[in-house]
Amino acid sequence: MTSAPIRLWDFHGGIHPEQNKRQSTQEPSAQARMPATLTLPLHQHIGAAAEPIVEVGETVLKGQKIASANGYVSAPVHAPTSGKIVAIGDYPIPHPSGLSALSIVIETDGRDEWVRYAAKQDYTETNPSHLRNIIREAGVVGLGGAGFPAFIKLNPGSQKKIKTLIINGVECEPYITCDDMLMREDPQSILEGIRIMRHALQAERCVIAIEDNKPEAYESICKAARGVEGVNVALVPTRYPQGSEKQLVKVITGKEVPSNGLALDVGVVCHNVSTAAAIYRAIHLGQPLISRMVTVTGKGVKRPRNLEVLFGTPMDELLAQCDVEADQIERLIMGGPMMGFALHDTNLPVIKTTNCIIAATRNELGVERPVMPCIRCGACADVCPVKLLPQQLYWYSRAKELDKVQEYDLFDCIECGCCSYVCPSNIPLVQFYRFAKGAIWTQEQEQKKAAQARQRHEFHQMRIEREKQEREARRAKKKAARPSAAAPKAPPADGAKIAEKRRDEAISQRDSAAAARKAEIQAALARVQAKKRAPQKTAEAPDKTEEKTAPATTAERAAATQKSAITKKDNATSTHDDDQPVQ
Amino acid sequence: MLNAILALSALALTFGLLLGFAAIRFKVEGDPLVDQIDAQLPQTQCGQCGFPGCRPYAEAIANEEAEINQCPPGGEATIHALADLLDREPLPLNPENGVEAAKTVAVIDEQTCIGCTLCIQACPVDAILGAAKQMHTIIESACTGCELCLPPCPVDCIEMVEIKEDILTWKWPYPEPATIEQPTDNRQGATA
Ligand code: SF4
Ligand code: SF4
Ligand code: SF4
Ligand code: SF4
Repeated sequence: MTSAPIRLWDFHGGIHPEQNKRQSTQEPSAQARMPATLTLPLHQHIGAAAEPIVEVGETVLKGQKIASANGYVSAPVHAPTSGKIVAIGDYPIPHPSGLSALSIVIETDGRDEWVRYAAKQDYTETNPSHLRNIIREAGVVGLGGAGFPAFIKLNPGSQKKIKTLIINGVECEPYITCDDMLMREDPQSILEGIRIMRHALQAERCVIAIEDNKPEAYESICKAARGVEGVNVALVPTRYPQGSEKQLVKVITGKEVPSNGLALDVGVVCHNVSTAAAIYRAIHLGQPLISRMVTVTGKGVKRPRNLEVLFGTPMDELLAQCDVEADQIERLIMGGPMMGFALHDTNLPVIKTTNCIIAATRNELGVERPVMPCIRCGACADVCPVKLLPQQLYWYSRAKELDKVQEYDLFDCIECGCCSYVCPSNIPLVQFYRFAKGAIWTQEQEQKKAAQARQRHEFHQMRIEREKQEREARRAKKKAARPSAAAPKAPPADGAKIAEKRRDEAISQRDSAAAARKAEIQAALARVQAKKRAPQKTAEAPDKTEEKTAPATTAERAAATQKSAITKKDNATSTHDDDQPVQ
Repeated sequence: MLNAILALSALALTFGLLLGFAAIRFKVEGDPLVDQIDAQLPQTQCGQCGFPGCRPYAEAIANEEAEINQCPPGGEATIHALADLLDREPLPLNPENGVEAAKTVAVIDEQTCIGCTLCIQACPVDAILGAAKQMHTIIESACTGCELCLPPCPVDCIEMVEIKEDILTWKWPYPEPATIEQPTDNRQGATA
């Protein structure tokens, strides 16, 4: 460790909420009990959900990959212990929506038998791209809370030079102590992980940032980092939301990450301490990410503490291991009280982003207060770490003026909740920003879809127009050759429904010649139906066909058979082909 | 002083000329108003507005032959967008054309489909794939939910299904007035 104290900068705003961290650091962390079943959602990270590669009934070993990454921004999922796959289907997941998502359920066999992976202690010989691939395959994602696949943030790109690697041990949210505990108990893994990351990034220096409310962790990390060249440990004054990436970059390097930009743009990469430890395990021990430290706390548990938990473990089992008083719990929260969200159930599985579970009793997280009108006091703007104007954002979000709210940089809002925290009128400001962001995304998606539909529709019309012209040209030619051939009249489609009429109008408008073709199809159809009718039990369907194509005479059928070869070719209308019409 | 005035006037004149020239030289082709109106329409191409597609409706609006409240799939949002664009008063949706409903996509029951290709011809966005006498499928991402493929199907095997919400499409709801009146927890920020 380089001993010269490093210079620290300041970030705007921030707050000092009550810490509530001491409760869960009273005893050392422990291994959570192995549950009978593990439910592993395939979407535990930012990016596309993983795709299952196992089947129900299969037996799996601990660490075996059971779902593979789907695309670049994605992460595989591994079996946290050995056992049998008993189900693959939709199960409730910890998500603010309370919805279910595709998950794999493993019945544990208690043997906890590992699959063999090659460990790579001599990673310095390995090139960074190969290292990233191992980390990716190990399913390592950012364990600070967001769950962004870690290997992506270990890729500096071809142009960018990484000056500083920041290891985030800030843990600024109240209640959460899992990083604190890890830094106290296992600093070596973190330091080894840092070595690997520096190698992958070719970073000049590394700063481990720890808030000054964690003196034990600071001591422990300093001891482990002693003598390690290029690694500094920075003790930063406690202030929420210092652990947020852009704020931390500012504090450590003095650089402002541009709006819409990444830390990478200013030559910085940030990783969480737990992510560092997970990377160490992936490379040195060949172990994929199958468990994590989870803080179980809140007044609803009598023995708040940190547990090392296998992914997929139901939360109620963890609560039970911490002596829960179930009837006392008013709300169960995943994450911290500032940025976490309320869970809809207690038996949801622990996933890669579950850093903390708060079993909150009544009024533990603040008493109910009535919402009052905004008095334009400006307190929200004073604390906003991004220097936004929360009051303006609130007005426009509330009025659903989505253009305006973007003009005030809504998307720079990190949803830290500082503004809601200080608002004397108790306005749930962040809820309005979350709503507005969602509404804007929806609008964008709809516009994209509309543009696609417009394009497809234009193409469709062009195709119809061209076909019509071609058909007319052919018909003219044929007529000249064989003047007696007349196009049979199509039976009009029945139905009094307006929509149908409209459709017919549209069709006849754009293509009167299609009538002839329709007759062909009707004939072919009748034949198919006649064949099918015997085994068909759908009462309605044949009926309708019958009246439409009533005289399916032998002659017609013969004609249809004759023409079916051409018809087939004709009607092989996939979306974009330009087939040659008959007649 | 005089120099400054002269310099500024000269500048103003040059830029004025430049702008004037640019306005003529880069004149937008086509009818930009119709394009702008069309851009606000949902492109479902369903014809519920009484026009054979969104663009014909956009043209009718531009020619002041149609009101701005005729499109059920667009609903209130489209009416407001059109009112904004055209500087008119927003009107309630014309109920004769239908009501604003949840978004749906068509699904073909592949067991029943006889491969008649009639639906393919009806689909305004070529969202149906299939060949004669082979079962057809609908490209879900391209289907606009216009329901035009339902009436021509002789065996009624096409069904409209509501697009299910999943964790990727889920969005935070608008904070309800109830929450605003009786909040549970503001002192603790976001976790309400
Ligand atoms: S939630 Fe958004 S607006 Fe409010 S203080 Fe945080 S960053 Fe600023
Ligand atoms: S803190 Fe609350 S009351 Fe004060 S200006 Fe902001 S939103 Fe309005
Ligand atoms: S009702 Fe709306 S979506 Fe349907 S065609 Fe008319 S403008 Fe397009
Ligand atoms: S598949 Fe049916 S509902 Fe979907 S766009 Fe085509 S015609 Fe409309």
